[in-house]
Amino acid sequence: MTSTQPIMALRGARKAFGEHEVLRGVSLEVARGEVVAIIGPSGGGKSTLLRCATLLEKLDDGSLAFGDITAARDERGRTVYAAGDELKRARSRFGLVFQNYNLFPHRTVMHNIADAPVRVQKRPRAEAEHEARELIQKMGLAGCEDKVPCQLSGGQQQRVSIARALALHPEILFFDEPTSALDPELTAEVLRVIKTLAAERMTMVIVTHEMGFAREVADRVVFLDGGMIVEEGTAEQVIDHPREERTRAFLSKIAE
Amino acid sequence: MSFSVMLGMLTEGFLVSLQIFFFTIAGAVPLGVVVALGRMSRVAPLRWIVRIYISIMRGTPLMLQMFAIYFAPYYLFGIQLTPDSKWQATITAFIVNYAAYFAEIYRSGLQSIPRGQYEAAEVLGYSRAQTFCYIVLPQVVKRILPAMGNEIITLVKDTSLAFSIGVAEMFSTAKALVASQVSMVPFAIAAVFYWVFNFLVELVLAAAEKKLSYYHD
Ligand SMILES: Nc1ncnc2c1ncn2[C@@H]1O[C@H](COP(=O)(O)OP(=O)(O)O)[C@@H](O)[C@H]1O
Ligand SMILES: [Mg+2]
Repeated sequence: MTSTQPIMALRGARKAFGEHEVLRGVSLEVARGEVVAIIGPSGGGKSTLLRCATLLEKLDDGSLAFGDITAARDERGRTVYAAGDELKRARSRFGLVFQNYNLFPHRTVMHNIADAPVRVQKRPRAEAEHEARELIQKMGLAGCEDKVPCQLSGGQQQRVSIARALALHPEILFFDEPTSALDPELTAEVLRVIKTLAAERMTMVIVTHEMGFAREVADRVVFLDGGMIVEEGTAEQVIDHPREERTRAFLSKIAE
Repeated sequence: MSFSVMLGMLTEGFLVSLQIFFFTIAGAVPLGVVVALGRMSRVAPLRWIVRIYISIMRGTPLMLQMFAIYFAPYYLFGIQLTPDSKWQATITAFIVNYAAYFAEIYRSGLQSIPRGQYEAAEVLGYSRAQTFCYIVLPQVVKRILPAMGNEIITLVKDTSLAFSIGVAEMFSTAKALVASQVSMVPFAIAAVFYWVFNFLVELVLAAAEKKLSYYHD
């Protein structure tokens, strides 16, 4: 893989649910070590974009690649997906952190984090658990190894889900509004963890409504509205000096 | 007739009731999975056939189903009924009847698992079989346990329906003894047997529920 190849390249993405066109030609390339924040009004297609990028939803049109792996290619205006094995390889390249965590409620924190490395990646259990312990430490969850999700706060659960994604060594991590289910003080601890990852040059795409956070961590801010990228650039360009009227309207609305 | 002789005869009958019980569990628990999968199949005709099957099983008396299954081979294919036919018909009827109830319980349990669980598993790279075995199934078991407990307790009592077709389980024995001894004691003993056994069933179910109470969602 050449260093210039994007970690993820989504090109010309279109997605409709019935008559409703949710993505109307979105292209997004993410370079290694880059942090991209996606902002925009509710219903603008942010979640759908992440779901298409993580293969939870199928594109109608457009292509999707992770480095040298082509997960989906555009063939005369229709998306054709690769075979199962190739998609499995593609899945090993990314992780996804959900808004509502989606931890496995019947498993301990340790099991939530270390199980996929063992069962999916066939790594030795001792090694996977050792690494999980390090991640637990790093997420500020020491002592929670043997707890189950219902014994944790929302902020702790979200940090477990970040650790669960990191345990598989993804090249890129997607976050879909990771703090919007949390109280302000719990939000802060989750954002702190994500900032740590940004400082380590983890490649990330983060859907967020936290403008201060976006300004702080994002190398690039993308404003998505009506299924299209209306404006993108540095945080300074998009958040502080938006050029488009729709961006301005959105920013002034959430500033209220 | 002494009490101990009566007790011995009823115990013998109870062993037959237990056989009906365990054969039904052994057959209907797995068959219910197949029925539930059919009920949730993407193939519409299969889904409808299974739906009608479940509707008939739940909508008609188990006693009638036993007779239908008992006489069907003779009326449909002219096959002679043998002394074993009653027993076979009883077990078959119990299994296909209870499989329908279990299937609906499984289905409700499966459908109650949030989609996010499947999606998290998919993104983590679990195969469909792994997702089912390690993530979905354990959660389904916890959710369906109370409903399954109800059905299992009902099954213990339903074994007495085999009396109607002439299988010598405990209730038939009790009824025969009541008639010959002109005493209600055999019925009382039978009641104690059913209740004590169900009490044990309740203990097992409570233990299982307790074991799974380490988490809630
Ligand atoms: N599975 C689906 N079926 C039908 N409509 C959907 C589905 N998922 C999303 N939508 C619609 O797509 C639009 C964009 O949704 P979403 O991507 O969740 O936006 P955002 O995350 O920006 O709020 C919304 O109007 C939503 O109702
Ligand atoms: Mg969303």
